[in-house]
Amino acid sequence: MHHTLVALVEDKPGVLNRVALVFRRRAFNIESLTVGRTSEPGVSRMTIVLDSDQTSAERVTAYLYKLVNVLQVEDLGTVPAVARDLALVKVAVAGHDRAQLLRVVDETRAHIVDSGEQTMTLEITGEPPHVDSVIARLEPLGIVEMVRTGQVAMRRGDTALSAAQYLAS
Amino acid sequence: MLTRRVTLRGMASKRTGAQIIWECLVREGVSTVFGYPGGAILPAYDAMLEYPSVRHVLVRHEQGASHMADGYARAGGGVGVAMATSGPGATNLVTGIATAMMDSVPMVCITGQVPSKLIGYDAFQETDITGITLPITKHSYLVTRIEDIMPAMKEAFHLAKSGRPGPVLVDITKDAQQASLDWDWDPSPVKLRGYRPKLEMPRSQLNKAVELIRASKKPVILAGQGILHSGAMQEVKAFAERINAPVAMTLLGLGAFPASHPLNIGMMGMHGEAWVNHAIQEADLLLAFGMRFDDRVTGNLKTYAQNAKKIHIDIDPSEVNKNVAADAAIVADLREALKDLLDVVKPAEHDAWLKYIGSMKGDSAVRDIQTLPDNGHLYAPHVINDIWRITDGKAIVVTDVGQHQMWEAQYYKHDEPRTLITSGGLGTMGFGLPAAIGAKMARPDAEVWAIVGDGGFQMTQAELSTAAQEGVKVNVAIINNGFLGMVRQWQQFFYDGRYAATPLRSPDFVKLAEAHGLMGLRVDKRSEVYDAVARARGAEGTVVMDFRVEQEDSVYPMVPAGADLDAMIRRPQSSVLVETAADPI
Repeated sequence: MHHTLVALVEDKPGVLNRVALVFRRRAFNIESLTVGRTSEPGVSRMTIVLDSDQTSAERVTAYLYKLVNVLQVEDLGTVPAVARDLALVKVAVAGHDRAQLLRVVDETRAHIVDSGEQTMTLEITGEPPHVDSVIARLEPLGIVEMVRTGQVAMRRGDTALSAAQYLAS
Repeated sequence: MLTRRVTLRGMASKRTGAQIIWECLVREGVSTVFGYPGGAILPAYDAMLEYPSVRHVLVRHEQGASHMADGYARAGGGVGVAMATSGPGATNLVTGIATAMMDSVPMVCITGQVPSKLIGYDAFQETDITGITLPITKHSYLVTRIEDIMPAMKEAFHLAKSGRPGPVLVDITKDAQQASLDWDWDPSPVKLRGYRPKLEMPRSQLNKAVELIRASKKPVILAGQGILHSGAMQEVKAFAERINAPVAMTLLGLGAFPASHPLNIGMMGMHGEAWVNHAIQEADLLLAFGMRFDDRVTGNLKTYAQNAKKIHIDIDPSEVNKNVAADAAIVADLREALKDLLDVVKPAEHDAWLKYIGSMKGDSAVRDIQTLPDNGHLYAPHVINDIWRITDGKAIVVTDVGQHQMWEAQYYKHDEPRTLITSGGLGTMGFGLPAAIGAKMARPDAEVWAIVGDGGFQMTQAELSTAAQEGVKVNVAIINNGFLGMVRQWQQFFYDGRYAATPLRSPDFVKLAEAHGLMGLRVDKRSEVYDAVARARGAEGTVVMDFRVEQEDSVYPMVPAGADLDAMIRRPQSSVLVETAADPI
């Protein structure tokens, strides 16, 4: 089962290492991990997707809280959430029907962000299953390079995981 | 000339990074540092001479420094401090840091690091010690700038001793030690955004606990080391007496509740008392006070205390529901939680339950092995039980790891907190002697014994030199059976008696002691134990006693690893050490 954990962490050297250690020690495989800034200076936000059972996800959450540099952790697996993934896919255009590729682009809300003589680069954004399905349609056409950001996620509704709010409490 | 140069508050003056380290240590109340100098920590050692209020203990190996700091912290209740240079100095601390981490010991380790410009260039004696120690420290700091030294030091002490205590490492580059700036002590309290050790009392869980306690007919209190950390000895006693519940001890909990108290039923777990393990399996309520349901305590989790509801009080949220699901999970300081419970919990009586547990004891409860006939052999339990009697149970005993450690737990009764110091979680052989030296430094008034095996003692015996140089008196009792005894026992029980690499030849320990200018004594008869112990106690300085005990004795009872808690291997009836005398304890 997939679990999406969100952690607010201090933006300090070594923090990524400390977080990764919690997973490595228990041999949990991280499916994706993204780190970026928040609106609060000095606070970063990590989105960690892992394949584990509920108990393991709870253990990981408890261990993340023990880290001195971790401010807050939320398991989005248990609440309604918005999740997005972004992929850049470079597809071969030579040797097959270019129109076929454009049809996929048209039907899947992908964007053409670059094109060369031999390839065309698409940007695909959406829920991770959407990105998966577009990539599946592009595969027969010949993917020459691909990168995915990994998932970012946020709880739906008015409840917010806010660094500013936490720090004020 | 040596002068004390601790600055007064509000008076900024020029300080080097090295001086700031000592300024911080002095202000944290540190009076003893265990360490070993070397290139990258030399500026700090040079500055040390200006701070004579801090006693530096030169160890013979940095592992000794971390174990001494550990023993110092456990005996005295303060923070232990170890210091070492970069590279091998730092890596030699590692075993001691891991030991402290597993047993939640407040410790600050200060290491020198190569100059910041050289970090990452494989400089001489460079190692990534903060990286190496990530999983075995509560937190760590790599300090590359002089202005970060004070915040790191303050935070390190705050983290080491607050919440669930643990070791913190501060790695300081040589250039940060050498730099200087206008410096003033910042007396403001430490604030860490992601660390909030003060917890709100979980009222609903407390109420649930009260209800479980009221409904229980067969409760057992599981008393762990958290009682010591929290300082909850009085509260645990008051609570146990209030609800008239038996108290079972973890290894690290021994001393947190008096052994002589009528409600103390003894140690639980792998080498715990048989009736204690049976009581836990039959209980309808377990009250876990500052303990973590370690596998050595529970045996097979699937069959562990199946009929019991569990109330778990621990300050570390990650311990609750880790091994055993809690019906009431009280994440709080134990003392605070018990104070709140004592306000509302009504007196109860469990005489029938206590009587039943007592009836399970039978002869195996008896520890009066003194009245057993002397068959010409010396047994480890004799030695340890004699030491208990002669010291009136009042010594601080530091053990190593193995059979003697379990016999100590069984045959030396601890009535006072912080009088048994032992590596429980990591099970570190070599811990005993250095930790005993540290303990004696923290409690110079106390009689300190190191009870060690011939194997573990040889791992760190070089620290005899430290004891001799420092004039520290520790009585070292080597339980010498010529084997790595506990491993031999496992080989006997579980590997068809194939003694692979467990027979052990040792040096002449008496001569070894004498080579250090210390007294050495050899004992191989039961009748000699009393006199020898008396001589050792009366002697000045550290004494090494070589007790030549029965080679192939085993520790009973024993729950094989992973077996059900009540599936114990009992001492064979034919054994000379089946206790049948009628001693009340």
